[in-house]
Amino acid sequence: MKILVPIKRVPDPDHRIRVDLQRIALELSDVPHIINPFDANALEEAVRIREGPVPDAEIIAIGIGDPAWQQELRTSLAMGADRAIHVGVSGPPDPWNVARILRAITERESPDLVLMGKQAVDDDSNQAGQFVAGLLGWPQATFVSQIEFIPLDPEPSIAGHQLRVARETDTGIETIRLRLPAVITADLRLNEPRYAALPAILKAKRKPIETIPLTELNIELSPRVERIALQEVSSSRKCQYVQSVDELLDQLFLNRCL
Amino acid sequence: MRILAVIEHDGSSPKPGSLAAVGFAQAVAERNGGHVASLVIGHTVAGIAEILTSFGIVYFADSPALANPLADRYAQVIVDAVSRYHADMLVAASSTYAKDIVGRAAGLLGGAMVSDVVAHDWRDGQLLFVRPMHAGMVTETVILHGDPKIVTIRPTAYPQPIAMETQGELFPIAVQDPLPVGMMWEHLESKLGTRPDVTDARIVVAGGRAIADRHDFERLVGGLADCLDGAIASTRALVDAGIAPNSLQVGQTGKIIAPELYIALGISGAVQHLAGMKNSKKVLAINKDPNAPIFDFADYGLVGDVYDVVPELIGKLHEP
Repeated sequence: MKILVPIKRVPDPDHRIRVDLQRIALELSDVPHIINPFDANALEEAVRIREGPVPDAEIIAIGIGDPAWQQELRTSLAMGADRAIHVGVSGPPDPWNVARILRAITERESPDLVLMGKQAVDDDSNQAGQFVAGLLGWPQATFVSQIEFIPLDPEPSIAGHQLRVARETDTGIETIRLRLPAVITADLRLNEPRYAALPAILKAKRKPIETIPLTELNIELSPRVERIALQEVSSSRKCQYVQSVDELLDQLFLNRCL
Repeated sequence: MRILAVIEHDGSSPKPGSLAAVGFAQAVAERNGGHVASLVIGHTVAGIAEILTSFGIVYFADSPALANPLADRYAQVIVDAVSRYHADMLVAASSTYAKDIVGRAAGLLGGAMVSDVVAHDWRDGQLLFVRPMHAGMVTETVILHGDPKIVTIRPTAYPQPIAMETQGELFPIAVQDPLPVGMMWEHLESKLGTRPDVTDARIVVAGGRAIADRHDFERLVGGLADCLDGAIASTRALVDAGIAPNSLQVGQTGKIIAPELYIALGISGAVQHLAGMKNSKKVLAINKDPNAPIFDFADYGLVGDVYDVVPELIGKLHEP
């Protein structure tokens, strides 16, 4: 069984993000970058699948971006990916083009499962997983907080596997079953990603990262989303402090809040 | 321009957020002389379709196979409806339903999609969309290339639609046979309870890390909400700790809400949480840490321990 785990490199969300003077790009040179937290959940789950129900699972991390992305791919290898693929592009493409590249890689690698984060915490789009599932015509489960393997055959084989997954929706926890191959997008409560231990980090240095230029995939990027401006958001509120519950209630009633 | 609004529903009526998506569609159509239609998918949804005829023509797909929202089937129906109506734009309210189903449909329709739109504008006849990113610390203005354009809007940013003078026609959509069968429904464990839905409520009471356990969450957050006919909400910290169910999480990766009054109890104000509530009309923060960032995003602040303040507040609200 093969599991493909797309990894996005994102600015550390705990750092303040600034917009440049031209108001078109973010100033990110001094901001540390990390693996998108939801992608870390996806990778952790892939490793747990290999540690649990599917010991022969092969885990392939894939990054789509500039050479700096190799750093996050190296971290993915330390967390447990067996190998990594780096598709070289100058900046992260929009979700549509990410999905097209993932489809092309999926056609090369024939994974049984694409397991990825439900959204990237930089653009917050929440689209790429659904796009790639649609493009491939595969079953999908988004916002997944639990994955269970169900063997179908009396003689359990990977081909016979179905998954039962729990999805976190606005109305509650939804449980569905999926046939493989499928696309799953991970929510934060799927697991707690591990920190790579030193031996794993050292071992990861010997694991391969294959670099694939975009031309080899016969893909020409055609962005669907064009950014024309960026703006920083700041709070316009001025807090009026009250000293007691009585004063608070007076203010709330006076201002027709209650 | 022909705009098709995907309507999410609870089995008996359209969700208010979906009606805001129709409101958005009307605003766009009014500007460029376009037309608006609605699309309802489900089983025994004729009554919901009937309600929506107030806003123009309605397409509906009704089948036992569509009784539950499975993305592969629903997305196929959406693609069929887009083709039937010759839609140039597909809109929906941003929700887990739309992210899942409309997102997949967008993948089948060419991927010209923008999520979580909070404002729009026109430049040289072209639609500009404004949307938050980076947990709401930044907004970006984008244009979409390709058709159809697929847009999800934040319901709190758009008004309810205006009823038309004459009712629209109803068009059933035949369900293609066979529908995809790679996804199978099991069940939904609803955690909504009897309180108002957090996305629709006028007042929302939310609890943060200061709340120690489930009992206190119910007593303080639930207790105050019940005094005010409000909904309850929580930060991610309480959901992760198992104190509150995930359906109550407000924030970047949870629900995005904008009630008349948001009461933050023991919430420090991480940017990821602020992303979900900072467009509330008024914000009241109660926190014992005077330096908590939540106070920068509050209109009223009371520095104090929620374990002291909230019982006193509940007591005084119960006084005649």
